[in-house]
Amino acid sequence: MTSAELVGGDGHAVPFSEQGPAPKQVVVGYGFWLFLLSDIIIFAALFAAYAVLSGAVAGGPSGPELFDRQRVFTETMCLLASSVTCGFGSIAVQRRNQALAYFWMTATLVLGALFLKQEVAEFSAMVALGAGPSRSAFLSAFYTLVGTHGMHVTVGLAWLIVMLAQLATLGFQPMVQRRFFCFALFWHALDIVWIGVFTIVYLGAH
Amino acid sequence: MTLGRLSWDAIPFDQPIIMGTSAVIGLGILAILALVTYKGWWPYLWREWITSVDHKRIGVMYVLLALVMLVRGFADAIMMRTQLALAAGGAQGYLPPEHYDQIFSAHGTIMIFFVAMPFVVGLMNFAVPLQLGIRDVAFPVLNNVSFWLTAAGVLLVNLSLFVGEFARTGWLAYPPLSEIAYSPGVGVDYYLWSLQIAGLGTLLSGINLTTTILKMRAPGMRYSRMPVFCWTALASNLLIVAAFPILTATFAMLLLDRYCGFHFFTNDAGGNPMMYINLIWIWGHPEVYILILPAFGVFSEVVATFSGKPLFGYRSMVMATMAICVLSFVVWLHHFFTMGAGANVNAFFGVATMIIAVPTGVKVFNWLFTMYGGRIRFSVPMYWTIGFIVTFVIGGMTGVLMAIPPADFVLHNSLFLIAHFHNTAIGGVVFGVLAGYTYWFPKAFGFTLNERLGKAIFWCWFIGFYLAFMPLYVLGLMGATRRMQHYSELSWKPWMMVAFCGAVLIFIGIALTVVQLIVSIRQRNLHRDRTGDAWAGRTLEWSVPSPPPAWNFARLPLVESTDAFWVAKQRQNENARAPADAYTSVHIPRSNPTGIFLAFFAVIYGFAMIWHIFWLAIAALIGGLLVGLIQAWRPEREIEITPQEILVYEARATGGAA
Repeated sequence: MTSAELVGGDGHAVPFSEQGPAPKQVVVGYGFWLFLLSDIIIFAALFAAYAVLSGAVAGGPSGPELFDRQRVFTETMCLLASSVTCGFGSIAVQRRNQALAYFWMTATLVLGALFLKQEVAEFSAMVALGAGPSRSAFLSAFYTLVGTHGMHVTVGLAWLIVMLAQLATLGFQPMVQRRFFCFALFWHALDIVWIGVFTIVYLGAH
Repeated sequence: MTLGRLSWDAIPFDQPIIMGTSAVIGLGILAILALVTYKGWWPYLWREWITSVDHKRIGVMYVLLALVMLVRGFADAIMMRTQLALAAGGAQGYLPPEHYDQIFSAHGTIMIFFVAMPFVVGLMNFAVPLQLGIRDVAFPVLNNVSFWLTAAGVLLVNLSLFVGEFARTGWLAYPPLSEIAYSPGVGVDYYLWSLQIAGLGTLLSGINLTTTILKMRAPGMRYSRMPVFCWTALASNLLIVAAFPILTATFAMLLLDRYCGFHFFTNDAGGNPMMYINLIWIWGHPEVYILILPAFGVFSEVVATFSGKPLFGYRSMVMATMAICVLSFVVWLHHFFTMGAGANVNAFFGVATMIIAVPTGVKVFNWLFTMYGGRIRFSVPMYWTIGFIVTFVIGGMTGVLMAIPPADFVLHNSLFLIAHFHNTAIGGVVFGVLAGYTYWFPKAFGFTLNERLGKAIFWCWFIGFYLAFMPLYVLGLMGATRRMQHYSELSWKPWMMVAFCGAVLIFIGIALTVVQLIVSIRQRNLHRDRTGDAWAGRTLEWSVPSPPPAWNFARLPLVESTDAFWVAKQRQNENARAPADAYTSVHIPRSNPTGIFLAFFAVIYGFAMIWHIFWLAIAALIGGLLVGLIQAWRPEREIEITPQEILVYEARATGGAA
């Protein structure tokens, strides 16, 4: 950007904080970062609740008895891979390469859906064992934490479908590009949250 | 069951007080709608207000909403004071316990979420972009959405008055009482859904204003040149972004307990009610500062303007604000010292609480030193400010007293506590927002409010406050607890009578606020401000005409110091009145109906969830989704204001001043 090189009347560079309103893409990205921070605080509250309640099995099954780490590992790999494809997709959007953008974003969509499919399978298997969310406080906290992440992934997938439709109908308008940028931030943030879930819930189960 | 739990039994036909109130409110709303229709104001209202994305209009609508809800919240207050003035010894008063419990729950909920919050958010919305020297907030459409989501919450909470019931759990709905086992009715659901929807609006507004302040200041306005009100708004909105998600998560957990049989906070299956108490106060204590910091900002602006001096200790004021912002997150446990945390934990939180008094004390001295040696004009905003300093110091000291855990064990849950937080909430927040309302009114509408009535309103609130709440300190020390509908100790009654008289005085103050508004509008030509600078102001909002044009600034001002407008005036530098050829086209966003439509579906969704009408809830969600999709495909078209139009406007504005 040239803004950093702006020069004041007396020949000195104008400090960043005095350059006036930032360009729209910066403002939008910044606002979305703040939204993501607030979203991560929601997860922080849910993590805290899980930490408090994880031992409260109320005579019911505990984490190690229920979790299938093998499945969760493949699940995790799907989500992490989707972050990589999303990264490539973002570059394609930046370069306004429609074909590559479709390719990588569709790959992201498929990987995200695979993640979700395995999560749904895990939940339904647990419920079938009688380990539903109302069995114990531990399971309430588990389903809420993991499920809220899953809900975010679902919303992310819906958003991505909308974005693909926007790309098809509106092309690379600045507003479409900004939204792709925000989507990418959202998707990577979900990855970070999942790392926390994987570590604390699944690896940390004892 | 297509209508879930909803049936004719939900409407309390057997309760004359509720039915009478409902009839009056219903007729009032019908009369307003009929008048608007008869006068043909709908197109104007729709275009210029309801769908407006102009931060000034949205700010005004927030304040109007807050004033209306102040009447509702106060009605609850005076009902409680009347009940307690009557219900001593053998007398039972006129409110049965289950109704009284709803009233104190509604009073707290409404006053915090639907009076103080919209008032503060409204003032920030109105003043911050003007003070920053910019044309609008970062996300104007989102701003409108935030407002209407807040309004949706308001509508739901008021609906509880005559369809169903409100929570009987106190304003924070502690479990296990608020769990389905002990509160099987819809009251807690009304509480939860209206606050979830309004809370979403607040969060979005917090993100919006934080982004605005951090990314969109006028050229030259580095952080150390921002007006103090903008600093306090920044602190407040950072707290909103950091604290409101915790409220959302906590309420979501309670909702899951109530609707889906989860066990977060239940007594059985390993649930932990204390976790709710911790979580809710991790939001709740920052919330206190979300409300009071902007009030501090208003007082800082007012005291500098009306003393004719720059604010004393600008930097220490900023440091104190940000210190309070951070410290507000490490004191939450002082709300429940008695609930078993242990001596060491209590000691930590007690000390942390006392430390907050230090930056607050810095602020008080800064305000006093600003006045010292100044040429003080005793106008209405200054009345509020001086009244605030005196009152708030008392409230602060009783707060520090209760920060001592052993003292808190004696005073916890007593009327002493009620007196303390009203001392800070009324003496701080209410005085602050009313000062801001009087101070910025001429900026918003181009004429000042009637001064005599303004002073009368101040004295009613000021004396009324002392009469209403000083007796509560005494009663608290005598052992009177909060949330009691009846007492047998007859020696309390005289104090209760005094408190009732105070409430009546405050009632007169509120009534006079309405009178003042009507009288001032009728006398608007007598009190018109054609200079745009009604109070000899110091900050940039006073450099533009009153009311400001939709684009605020024809050219963005170049800021070279704090009190930018004052300095410009001193230099006789007509910065704002640029030569005609200097104008370039200005682009402002178009009005947008997304907010009102989203709020419409949010109300339906909330109502459907409260009454377990799940098909309707799904339909409302789909409706909201469609509104979102339509917005997503709406082209980014803006209105272009040509230099000619700006010139015509400026000529009219300055011509009026001549």
